[in-house]
Amino acid sequence: MMTIQELNEIKERTLKTMELRLQKKDTGKHVLICGGPGCHSSNAGEIKEVFEEKIREKGLDDVKVTLAGCFGLCETGPNVEIYPEGIFYSRIKVEDIDKIVDSHLCKGEIVEELLYEGSIEDGNIKPVSEVDFYKKQVKIALRNCGIIDYENIDEYIALDGYQALAKVVLEMTPQEVIELMKEANLRGRGGAGFPAGRKWETAFKYPADQKYVICNADEGDPGAFMDRSILEGDPHSVLEAMAICGYAIGADQGFIYIRAEYPVAVHRLEVAIRQAREKGLLGKNIFGTDFNFDIELRLGAGAFVCGEGTALMESIEGKRGMPRPKIHRTAHRGLWGKPTIINNVETFANVPAIILKGADWFKSIGTEDSPGTKVFALGGKIKNTGLVEIPMGITLREIIFDIGGGIPNGKEFKAVQTGGPSGGCIPKEHLDTPVDFASLGKLGSIMGSGGMIVLDEDDCMVDIARFFLDFTVDESCGKCVPCREGTKRMLEILERIVNGEGTPEDLDRLESLAETITEGSLCGLGQTAANPVISTMKYFRDEYEAHVYEKRCPAGSCQALLEFFITEDCIGCTKCARNCPVSCIEGKVKERHVIDTGKCIKCGTCMEVCPVGAVIKR
Amino acid sequence: MAEITINGKKYKVEDNITVLEACRKIGIDIPTLCYDDRLEPHAACRLCLVEIVGRGKLETSCSLKVRDGMIIETHSERVIRARKDILNLLFSNHPNDCLTCDKSGDCKLQDYCFEYGIEMGSYVGEKKNYPIDDSNPFYTYDPNKCILCGKCVRVCSELQCTDAIGLENRGFNTKVVTPFDMGLATSKCVSCGNCVAACPVGALMPKKKEKYRYWEINKVRTTCSYCGVGCQMELLVKGNKVVGVEPYKGKANNGLLCVKGRFAYSFINHPDRLKTPLIKKNGKFEEASWDEAYRLIVNKVKEIKGQYGPEAFAGLTSARCTNEENYLFQKLFRAVIGTNNVDHCARL
Repeated sequence: MMTIQELNEIKERTLKTMELRLQKKDTGKHVLICGGPGCHSSNAGEIKEVFEEKIREKGLDDVKVTLAGCFGLCETGPNVEIYPEGIFYSRIKVEDIDKIVDSHLCKGEIVEELLYEGSIEDGNIKPVSEVDFYKKQVKIALRNCGIIDYENIDEYIALDGYQALAKVVLEMTPQEVIELMKEANLRGRGGAGFPAGRKWETAFKYPADQKYVICNADEGDPGAFMDRSILEGDPHSVLEAMAICGYAIGADQGFIYIRAEYPVAVHRLEVAIRQAREKGLLGKNIFGTDFNFDIELRLGAGAFVCGEGTALMESIEGKRGMPRPKIHRTAHRGLWGKPTIINNVETFANVPAIILKGADWFKSIGTEDSPGTKVFALGGKIKNTGLVEIPMGITLREIIFDIGGGIPNGKEFKAVQTGGPSGGCIPKEHLDTPVDFASLGKLGSIMGSGGMIVLDEDDCMVDIARFFLDFTVDESCGKCVPCREGTKRMLEILERIVNGEGTPEDLDRLESLAETITEGSLCGLGQTAANPVISTMKYFRDEYEAHVYEKRCPAGSCQALLEFFITEDCIGCTKCARNCPVSCIEGKVKERHVIDTGKCIKCGTCMEVCPVGAVIKR
Repeated sequence: MAEITINGKKYKVEDNITVLEACRKIGIDIPTLCYDDRLEPHAACRLCLVEIVGRGKLETSCSLKVRDGMIIETHSERVIRARKDILNLLFSNHPNDCLTCDKSGDCKLQDYCFEYGIEMGSYVGEKKNYPIDDSNPFYTYDPNKCILCGKCVRVCSELQCTDAIGLENRGFNTKVVTPFDMGLATSKCVSCGNCVAACPVGALMPKKKEKYRYWEINKVRTTCSYCGVGCQMELLVKGNKVVGVEPYKGKANNGLLCVKGRFAYSFINHPDRLKTPLIKKNGKFEEASWDEAYRLIVNKVKEIKGQYGPEAFAGLTSARCTNEENYLFQKLFRAVIGTNNVDHCARL
């Protein structure tokens, strides 16, 4: 059993070992290596080992190396930070390590050519906290990611970990916890934005012999990895919050439903649960009280729909993952018919901070309607691909251009897709919209779980809608007719349109189908499945019409509607003709060449090899 | 009691019932394909959608409890539009073969398409194309006609408790299958046919020995004669011939039957069936009248009882008799003949 005194002792003791990275001490060095999803898969583990080996060789006793959670700037990974200066190295390869060890760690000389390009401004080197990408971010859910060693519970405890749980079980009644959560107005970060405090209250008030807490970690939106980063970088924040929720509603059992495709997160959670049990922070008589709480993992088998609360519960129960009719609230009758609270990873990650710092602090961040922060996974045509946590209410423009660094290769911004397959595309005229639940909803998109995919002038909006529909058709569970049959027909129509076979009636059919699917589907997946189509038809109808009436793709992206053409600039070098795999280009030396469009397979080789840019797509 | 308004008229209905149940009690017809009052609400076919004033989305009436003050529109323009499109989607992925389909006349999809004016499925594209499973001796399964209402699966699991079938794959490729889709003959199906009875379309059909149309038959309600449970069923009679059996929702069986009651009816019209008592005369059975037979039995009983006493008798009755018949049988042995030597095959 852990007492509050013991918890504080661990905190004080461990804080001493973390002073360098918290910039409270300036003798010695601490190398932090990003162990987030992106950097992990691009060799962070080996980089750590090589650093340790080199440091041993050099006999640098005051240099510590730690693999931490996601730094966020995945675009430039593998990333390495060196403290106490807070120097940010990016795209580090194993062979770069010698240089960093020799000059930075041994001599204190920064290796400028390996620095993250954004950390040099007017010849001055900025610490990581001053870099544009991080400057506007406010971290609550990701507060420990990239700072602590995710496999060391003591480091979590050092940064006030499990203090919130101690405060709750020792000093507060369940009602007080719920009141605090309601006051803070933490809205569900899984996408729907339902206030967590109100949900907890519903379960609290419903008497039952058994209640459950579930953490929904079945993150499945294409390109989204917010929850994964939290679980991999700071697993204890979720465990602590689930225990707090258990105390508030009267549950003693929690489940984390996590996709099996996240083996690293699963492993780190297993380690974290084991450590928390060993320390008595999970299990019986937590902090010497009669409060018991334990957590088990349940692995999903790869169905997107299991991120839907009731389908997830069916899956935990061992049944086929299909959503239930909403005849009962899950806070009344959820898992095995018992009152169940299900919250998303990011929602839970906010809870300990709210308990410790209070509702007023939380509400001072973000907007009145949507307090706090939101984590987004930036992807697509954006310079700084990665993970960001921003206060609610900042504009899309700030996220995409100030934090995200704008569009690469001098291309023009076209739209941003938020909310994954349930969301919509927001065009540039709405770039100054604040990011909060209501504002994004008004534009026909949703906050969603936090996917944000940026599209540029080369992206065809019909094809983007087709891409998301393709995903939804694949992931529909097949239970209800509008989603099972309707999304399939919608996809077929979109496929016809991008292939230049669409008819004007197809546009009407799309609109009518969108209405049926939205109004008639059983669960959130179906009810929002048409959003990518509805929003692109609303803002980019001209592109749909160009495909249908003119058989033309304005973005030059739909292969079937493209034609390769050789302009007058052709110098007759014959390179295109020689490289064409189907020999469809003819022309004499030093004369303009011609493509036989009937034979052309639109592979684009001619365009690539032309030395004067005479081959164009039109 | 809750006071609700349906289509502009006020009604008082019981609390804790669904909108669909309320409408059915009042006599308002709401189409359903996946609903079965013996099963948990499934809310999959979405045909029972209704509009609730003050709520954004349409709601399925099968899974929505009535609340005091609720204002419900069951046939508003918005509701009808949605139902039509849903039927259109279903029919677009369904064979257009009502002319030759055995289910014609008893098919809910056909009825609703007629009611809502869906002449053809207007969505073109991929259609189901699966082989028909006729490996079961009593019924066939045509997945191409299946509308995935899930009733068969739920009846098999929730009522029959056999769990022989389930759903496989996702989305458009979802299919009702036996484990590993190896066919009905390989499954633990007990051929009770309760899935067949629940199927609203022609996907699960009894194998017929005789062609008939539903409008050609008379339904005759009777009690199953195979055992003493007293299952209620309807004989489907074409002309003077029993051509099929359907379960009836009686108290004892709640719309379920077993393989014998459901499919073993062809003895009724079999040429070998005994229709009169037979008495052995000169070593050969000969047809006799009931009076003649009773007389013989009475005389023999009297003779044996006088000569050897009542303990010389033993009676064995059949599980195919009803409870009432079995009661009378033991009464005959105990009170008339005077012996307790009476038993029943179901006890062995």
